[in-house]
Amino acid sequence: MTTWHKRARSALGLSAILLFSVGGVSAIAQERTSVKIGYAVSKTGPNAGGAGITTIPNYVLWAKEVKDAGGLELPDGKRLPVEIIEYDDRSSAEEVVRATERLATQDKVDFIFAPWGTGFNLAVAPLFDRFGYPQLAVSAVTDKAPEFVKRWKKSFWLLGGGHDYTEALAGVLKQAKAAGTINGKIAMISVADGFGIDLVTAARPSFKKAGLEVTYDVTYPAGTTDFTPMINEAAKGGADTFVAFSYPPETFAITQQAQVAKFNPKVMYLGVGTGFPIYGKNNGANAEGIMSLGGIDPKNEANTAYRKRHEEVTGKAPDLWGSVITYASLQMLQEAIKRKGLDREAVSKELSTGTFKAVLGETKLENNQLRTLWFGGQWQNGQFVAIAPVDRPGAAKPILPKPVWQAK
Amino acid sequence: MKRFAIAGGFVVAVAVLALAPLCLGAYGLGLLIGLAGYVTLATAWALFSGPTGYISLATVAFVGIGAYCVAALSEVLPYPLVLLIAAAIGLAVALIVGLSTLRLSGVYFVIFTFGLAELIRQLVTFYEINVTGTLGRYIFLGITPEQIYWQLLALGVITLLLTWWIGRSRIGLALKVIGDDEVVASHVGIDIARTKLALFAVSAVIMTLVGAIQAPRWTYVEPAIVFNPTVSFLVLIMALLGGAARLWGPLLGAVPLFMLFEWLSANFPNHYSILLGLLFILIVFALPKGVLSFVEDNWMKRRGPRAADRSEARS
Repeated sequence: MTTWHKRARSALGLSAILLFSVGGVSAIAQERTSVKIGYAVSKTGPNAGGAGITTIPNYVLWAKEVKDAGGLELPDGKRLPVEIIEYDDRSSAEEVVRATERLATQDKVDFIFAPWGTGFNLAVAPLFDRFGYPQLAVSAVTDKAPEFVKRWKKSFWLLGGGHDYTEALAGVLKQAKAAGTINGKIAMISVADGFGIDLVTAARPSFKKAGLEVTYDVTYPAGTTDFTPMINEAAKGGADTFVAFSYPPETFAITQQAQVAKFNPKVMYLGVGTGFPIYGKNNGANAEGIMSLGGIDPKNEANTAYRKRHEEVTGKAPDLWGSVITYASLQMLQEAIKRKGLDREAVSKELSTGTFKAVLGETKLENNQLRTLWFGGQWQNGQFVAIAPVDRPGAAKPILPKPVWQAK
Repeated sequence: MKRFAIAGGFVVAVAVLALAPLCLGAYGLGLLIGLAGYVTLATAWALFSGPTGYISLATVAFVGIGAYCVAALSEVLPYPLVLLIAAAIGLAVALIVGLSTLRLSGVYFVIFTFGLAELIRQLVTFYEINVTGTLGRYIFLGITPEQIYWQLLALGVITLLLTWWIGRSRIGLALKVIGDDEVVASHVGIDIARTKLALFAVSAVIMTLVGAIQAPRWTYVEPAIVFNPTVSFLVLIMALLGGAARLWGPLLGAVPLFMLFEWLSANFPNHYSILLGLLFILIVFALPKGVLSFVEDNWMKRRGPRAADRSEARS
């Protein structure tokens, strides 16, 4: 027993020495020839749709732009080529955790881009923290960001929380009610899944505080295809504002079925999918006046140029909500690396305290969160323009009431 | 003598596995956690489905229940108690489900178990929407990956020992008879329903515990994450590949398949599904009866035609 113990201990010690010396030697001997950046994102499975719109094209676009520019710039002005390592998490939480461990400890990448989705960003947050990587979580809508920042100092939350979006919507509706455009009664439906539940739970107090009355409030299971009964019920209650916290397939279905039912509320606010370029294209004149989350400022030239490059490189236009934020997060990281080098600690500090010139304009994080966001937008003249928060400079005036459906 | 050698080998293997995290990095440990989880699930699956031939797709229903118990209770109760409650809930669900469905057989049972995961997922969703008003739950427990791994390893060892013990006991024999012919079994005087129910419950409790132990690794759970039907299919494929009717079969199926998934997703992230599909087709053609029987058949052939004849006659 004792000899076995000794042997085991010496073997452990020996391997530790070996590991240590190998690590030490390589660090000294190796002259840096590239910067390794990795990400694990859902390329297949249920999350692939969202990741394929908001996240992956922007990672691809950024990598190409850095390559075309001759590499990633470091503080000494030298440019190093970027080596991208990508994994598919197959929309599984266990998989994204292991892939992130692989990136950090096997591939030893310099930086890791965030995965897609609230749940997945949370699943990897403890790992980013443990291995010391800054985490720029974009596609994660959460009201708990201030808590997460305390828990994981190098985590950054850039898309706001459900509460922000419903407050912004309540702001628009309150204004319209004060102007006498709408009667302040709301019919509201929501998908019984993460996004819908978060939003509707935040919406109830927001509407109440703004003096708005909810006359109809139901949830439906994800994947519902027939909304006619809900639309009919919503129309009966005397509400002239219709809100649906829906997922893309349902957003498209509701738009069609409301036309068939000749349901013409004065305000129509739909969920994810409204901000897809294809929504405007498919619905043409009937997209006019429809509101949703996100929106862009058409007067922002940097954003317009970004949209054009995105379309050229990836073959499709970016969505009008999260895409530009994803891209901005990469620009910020790039700029922080240019200022501080590859020291992750220093880069994280720079991200939380620095001011950046990104596609959104001058960008500065507050308590590791992006707070100057467009929380509400509306289709106006073929563009999904930002209308809320109503008091933010650059917000367009909402067109109310929404034009009635046009016969095709 | 041979039995002692096997027992000794088993003990040494477990000891080596238990010490492995000390000299492996985070990624190696992540692999071991995944391996331990799937080996335990596949063995637990085969514990019931191997001898009886009832193909169950309910694995993830129990895994999900375990994970949700931890998510719901970890803030208010001490961790060991949470595990116990998770096991109890898994047991209760298994008993209810088992009592009402184990009289089904063949494809009806498969369909039902597949539906069960979805049913429980929708029930959880319904509860969260109407009672708590949020869908995701957070798990902030100070449990390290090493601790998760050791718990899974212990559970895996217990599952293997249990399978071994059941295989040699009266209840194991009864199960084999049921698997061969239920009519004969009932004529011999075996209480079919009770035997099946007992095994189904044991297997379900183990699956529930696997989910409960792994949950702290995900930090955040929501029904779509923990009731992912892919898990049920993977476990089934692993157990069948190894040979569901044997003690070491699920292990021999789970380990190579898990490593294969890992290798494919690390090296071919963009062609993973295509390659996996092709490999499955190849496996079905090359090893229709599972890895273990393939190894045994070839072993017999090498030992001479007489041994092979004997094995033919036996099967």
